[in-house]
Amino acid sequence: MNNLTFMPVLWPLFTGILLIFFAKKIKLQRGISLFSSLIGIVISFYLVITVHNQGILTLGVGSWDAPFGIVIVADMLSSLLVLTTNIIGFAILLYSFYSIGEERERHYYYPVFQFLLIGVNGAFLTGDLFNLFVFFEVMLMASYVLLVLGGTKIQLRESLKYIIVNVLSSSFFVIMVAYLYSVVGTLNMADISQRISEVNQPGIISVIAIGFLIVFGLKGAIFPLFQWLPGSYYAPPIPVMALFGALLTKVGIYSIFRTYTLMFYHDQDFTHTFLAILAILTIIIGVIGAIAYWDVKKIIIYNIIIAVGVILFGISVMNEQALSGSILYIIHDMLIKAALFLLVGIMIKISGSDDLRDMGGLIKQYPAVAWTFFIAAISLAGIPPFSGFAGKLLILQGAAEKGAYLGMAVILISSLMVLYSVMKIFMNGFWGTPKADYALTNGKVNKMLVPAVLLVIISVLFGVGTESVYPYITQAVDSLMNPEIYNKAVLKE
Amino acid sequence: MKQNDLILQTVTKVAAFVILLFAVAIFLGGHYSPGGGFVGGLMTSAAIVLLLLAFDIKTVTGILPIDYKLMIGSGLFISSLTVAGGLFFGVPLMTHVYQYVDLPLLGHISLHTAVLFDLGVYLVVVGVTMTIIQTIGESE
Amino acid sequence: MELLMAIVIGILFMCATYLMLSKSILRIIIGTGLLSHGAHLLILTMGGLKGGSVPLLSDEAATYVDPLPQALILTAIVISFGVTSFLLVLAYRTYQELGTDDMEEMRGTETNE
Repeated sequence: MNNLTFMPVLWPLFTGILLIFFAKKIKLQRGISLFSSLIGIVISFYLVITVHNQGILTLGVGSWDAPFGIVIVADMLSSLLVLTTNIIGFAILLYSFYSIGEERERHYYYPVFQFLLIGVNGAFLTGDLFNLFVFFEVMLMASYVLLVLGGTKIQLRESLKYIIVNVLSSSFFVIMVAYLYSVVGTLNMADISQRISEVNQPGIISVIAIGFLIVFGLKGAIFPLFQWLPGSYYAPPIPVMALFGALLTKVGIYSIFRTYTLMFYHDQDFTHTFLAILAILTIIIGVIGAIAYWDVKKIIIYNIIIAVGVILFGISVMNEQALSGSILYIIHDMLIKAALFLLVGIMIKISGSDDLRDMGGLIKQYPAVAWTFFIAAISLAGIPPFSGFAGKLLILQGAAEKGAYLGMAVILISSLMVLYSVMKIFMNGFWGTPKADYALTNGKVNKMLVPAVLLVIISVLFGVGTESVYPYITQAVDSLMNPEIYNKAVLKE
Repeated sequence: MKQNDLILQTVTKVAAFVILLFAVAIFLGGHYSPGGGFVGGLMTSAAIVLLLLAFDIKTVTGILPIDYKLMIGSGLFISSLTVAGGLFFGVPLMTHVYQYVDLPLLGHISLHTAVLFDLGVYLVVVGVTMTIIQTIGESE
Repeated sequence: MELLMAIVIGILFMCATYLMLSKSILRIIIGTGLLSHGAHLLILTMGGLKGGSVPLLSDEAATYVDPLPQALILTAIVISFGVTSFLLVLAYRTYQELGTDDMEEMRGTETNE
């Protein structure tokens, strides 16, 4: 029993409620949100430290013990992701002050922002499958509002598509939960894991596993199910886009992480091979999109899809190295994607267009933006010593150990293509002759740059200091590779 | 648009109160029998919608000058305060506490913290439903 | 009884799929509603349709019903209530803004191919 486990959910909840009462006072709202985000980072940092020292923390909500009640479980993976989420939330909040616009701020932007964080943190922390569905819905409801806030034509159109796709996947989620419940008779993840390992995963469980892959794949945008993503993420303003790109798809991937390492790991020849094929196809599709477009936003959006593929490939390999690679890579990707979206937002703000062919020569007037983007770009491609490198290296090592050479080749080639796609932005956007006089008040750009620089610095530190982060990652991988650790901690046997 | 809806208005004046009373009864009875904050809230908003149908928006906001968005906020606040109660007593969050007491007039009854949580739910449901109806209704 | 439920759920899913494939937003929303009804019914069936008495409150009964599926359904109903009402308001706003409820006509009105 440790109430700290639930604090990353409860804290933004109270902040969000408080903000509803001050909806019209923008300055006050900004102050409260910023302060609360800082406290949120402190809480989640404390959670990581506590989990590191004491092992997995659990909380049987309402004094109902597992497997009868809902349990909140903070293992290393969850708490690391919660920490990353809070850092990104803080940075994007800071960026929103200068770019989201008063109209949106007055229409409950900040409360909804906090509710989104509740959903994301909750989804990372819950240990109950149906509760995961509930937190998914909290997160999705908040994302619907953020997506449609402002009500421009393109936003309305894309929100409709996005909501309908997500309603469909939510129904699918409920259906799969129903099937799983009828087979194993429990919803507690640890309990499910134990019962499945008792019967050694018969065919029906594998079918349900693929069903869950469809559900989470729709949220995480894997190969045949990603079509909604480029359109929907394109519509909202930059801070919302960064929030979605950095957090929402990662919640889907986290759920695949959880289910495929904790419950459905007995028939790897079928389920994990299936996952590997989808992951490789996802990478290929993402690469095609990323190099085809001239629109900066689209290029970064397709880079999300590539990263999803790389992380999933790591999960599908399912050995110690590949999993720690995937964990490193998911944290790296959340940080760097948020930073890239913010930087691209600044570029669009300066040049007034999102087409690369209309940009050029920004480096003359804005060298700081250019070099921050450069560092972010090569981190994304995974050039040592930056943060993407260690993750990719470990995934590749794991794949080599298992003999998955096709996947290795695809990931290596995709890294080159990623580098090409972001360098395309750098060369066309920042180099060359200026297409126009980008006379924007420099002060505002510098203010907008602060959160992006912050994220890039954190990711660089994360890359350089991988060695010192590694004990935490090993702890996370331990409980993923040996579900007994997780089960024991939750069921207290 | 001038309509002759005298019958509707007269019936509403009585029926709205009956519905409201029934909603409260269902809300309070929710712990042991079917009912609770969600259904009670829906019925309450049904009564208000009936008022809206019989009279117009202006009259109803005159009768009930409530900011429904603040109502959502207060409901959420009450509920989450009940949830957070566990923090102060060193028990897991959402732990349910109840006590049997003898009250004058009412007799031997039980008091539950779940009712407080349900009160929050009730306020949120009324708030949300009315906000939606007002948003659609106002733009006409 | 399970067979009958399975058929009903199948019909609901079938109608939902048909409605969701049409062009009008309103039909799509009704489709999502039917889909979630089907899903709720599925939970009820999957939890087992055995007749029994109320759990916890009654002591001397031969069998008890499983209360969990009902709790799940209640939660799912509330969520789908929220989503559906949001979707309806959004559809209404979209109709006001774009002047059409036809998904086909909404396509490609802006630079975003």
